[in-house]
Amino acid sequence: MKVKSLKLMLLSVFLLFGFNIGARAAEPLKMAWIYFGTPGDAGWTFAHDTGVKMVQKEFGSKIETSIVENVPESADSERVMRELASKGNQIIFATSFGYMEHTLKAAKSFPKVKFYHNTGFKSAPNVHIYNSRMYEPAYLAGIIAGHMSKSNVLGYVASFPIPEVVRNINAYTMGARSVNPKITTKVVWISSWYDPSKERQAAETLIGQGADCLMQNTDSSATLQAAADKGVYAFGWNSDMSTIAPKAHLASVTQVWGPYYVKVTKAALEGKAFTDNVWGGMKEGMNGLESINDKIPDSVKKEVEAKKAQIVSGKFKVFSGPLKAQDGSIKIAAGATFTDKDIDSIKFYVEGVDGQLPK
Amino acid sequence: MFRFRLVPRSQASQKMLVLAPLLAVFLTLVVGISLFAVLGQNPIVAFKAYFIDPLSNLNGISELLLKASPLCLIALGLAIGYRANIWNIGAEGQMYVGGIFATGLAIHFQDYPSAWLLPMMIVAGALGGMLWASLTALCRAQFHANEILVSLMLTYVADLLVKALVYGVWKDPMANNFPVTVSFTDSALFTPFVELGWNYWEGTRINTSVFLTLIAIPLVWFFMQRSFSGFQLLVAGLAPGAARYAGFREKKLVWMALLISGLVAGLAGVTEVAGPMAQLNDRWTPGYGFTAIIVANLGRLNPLGIVLASLLMALLYLGGESVQVSLHLPKAVSQVFQGLLLLFLLGCDVMVNYKIVRLPSTRAVAL
Repeated sequence: MKVKSLKLMLLSVFLLFGFNIGARAAEPLKMAWIYFGTPGDAGWTFAHDTGVKMVQKEFGSKIETSIVENVPESADSERVMRELASKGNQIIFATSFGYMEHTLKAAKSFPKVKFYHNTGFKSAPNVHIYNSRMYEPAYLAGIIAGHMSKSNVLGYVASFPIPEVVRNINAYTMGARSVNPKITTKVVWISSWYDPSKERQAAETLIGQGADCLMQNTDSSATLQAAADKGVYAFGWNSDMSTIAPKAHLASVTQVWGPYYVKVTKAALEGKAFTDNVWGGMKEGMNGLESINDKIPDSVKKEVEAKKAQIVSGKFKVFSGPLKAQDGSIKIAAGATFTDKDIDSIKFYVEGVDGQLPK
Repeated sequence: MFRFRLVPRSQASQKMLVLAPLLAVFLTLVVGISLFAVLGQNPIVAFKAYFIDPLSNLNGISELLLKASPLCLIALGLAIGYRANIWNIGAEGQMYVGGIFATGLAIHFQDYPSAWLLPMMIVAGALGGMLWASLTALCRAQFHANEILVSLMLTYVADLLVKALVYGVWKDPMANNFPVTVSFTDSALFTPFVELGWNYWEGTRINTSVFLTLIAIPLVWFFMQRSFSGFQLLVAGLAPGAARYAGFREKKLVWMALLISGLVAGLAGVTEVAGPMAQLNDRWTPGYGFTAIIVANLGRLNPLGIVLASLLMALLYLGGESVQVSLHLPKAVSQVFQGLLLLFLLGCDVMVNYKIVRLPSTRAVAL
């Protein structure tokens, strides 16, 4: 008898909740982001997190967001994506280059889930790519560096020698040489996206070699801090880093992911999946050059503004001829420009970059 | 004015053997509940997210087994040495070298699909792990070097070996200069259960590599409990003097313990590169070799205990991710919780062989 009554009770509880579920309003759209690091207060993950906050604010209870931090670029990332997908997330943003293969693998097992991979070069029916033309603001930063450098040596703390990073080094150097042909750029590779102590060491090495305007393609503000300690200039990267070292900070090359995330979310809520591969730049507002230091002369600021306007209007393309490679060979003839495919497979240093590109 | 002191028990307490894990669970519950409550979470929901949710679906169980399998494999090997007071800390490096050896074959034969490729990779991985461990064995047996330091330092060498290869000769030419090898072909990979026709595992990553662990468990148990060599190792650990008196050759035992633990660590390396990774890359540092040290001790150096401990460690990994996903807690919280649980488990275990004695005040002693 007892067992029976227990069963009955369970059944009634089930029915109660069962009906309840059926009567509930539309389920919120479940979306997830996986981060390579933690947001902290500046840098790559911070920039993505700012975008996520914008989505949360815009859509409120219509969506439910999950974030997984510190996901290594290893097979672990596939597991995290699988877990997110099996927990009902319909949209997953993988915000680091090294997740590429793992995203593709996870996506194969979950064909109904939409994956968006940041900065990669491989897509699939349910894996779409989004990236930012960071070389545009990097070029503008180069213009500032070209004017502000006294030693005519710039420094670059670089992560992995993939085209994405190589072209940013090139753009920074080209911007500087467009106003000061005596400029050379020295590069130190640290083989990591985020390693403040290595970043700092690399920055100090560059300063030791005479560099007085530093730029980085890494995620922390260590380069900027090292510059501040040694009394040279540096730029912020990925997010506005002006408050970290107000005196040493010349400007910040920033990423703006919010509007893109909003667009993807909006499409999904309207029942239309967002399937474009997006590679946006200053024109689309996906990046910018922010918090330009007051120390920089107005004439330089105006020059940067003018160039920015040309980039936004499409009148000026960063990778346009005449462009010489490091060894003096012509890479782009006068009047010609690189296609997106060319830009996405840059494997050479431009004239003015010092050292050898790791092969 | 009382002081407390840990005093070794003359005999392991049978009572504490049972009570220690229960006490640890109790302490974890108390601290866990307060931790989650302070963070404004319902502790019951949090515990469910941590320990139940990861196991609530097939995908979770598959991931648990995939994670536990290499941990268990490595820990089994380590335990053999640890019972003889031979402290191999460098299983991580031995695992890397196992992975390197297997990768070498996978890359070399990528255009020649063959059913023999994977078995060859398994053998190569085992040899790689043994080779790396043999350096430590050589230094300890021949030169009386400290095996803890040697094996640990060799781990960093192995890590640099991996990096040198994936940045150099093994770099995938199509990877846009990113330090990864080519993705392995199917014949260089462990077969997922689904492809064996076991449709029950549809949608999961679990593959045949777990069978290596399942085979290793009884073998190691037999070696430890029933073989003469296992007995020699045990005696050497418990009573080195007696072992020497009985004429057990220490050098032989050192070689044996290190080679076996290197072998299984190498196998674990194969299960990773030919499993979930399906390639070798420069950021392959899962830390399994180090985590396995905890697993071995948590399992009280006993094969069955190690199986349970590896499952628990794997569950802690998955649970940590699960609370991030469902409760939006930061990763640091789950790490604090993991740390506490392990601390309690290992701390309470001390009570098996030690007891707390209250000493009179120092003044009384002085008198």
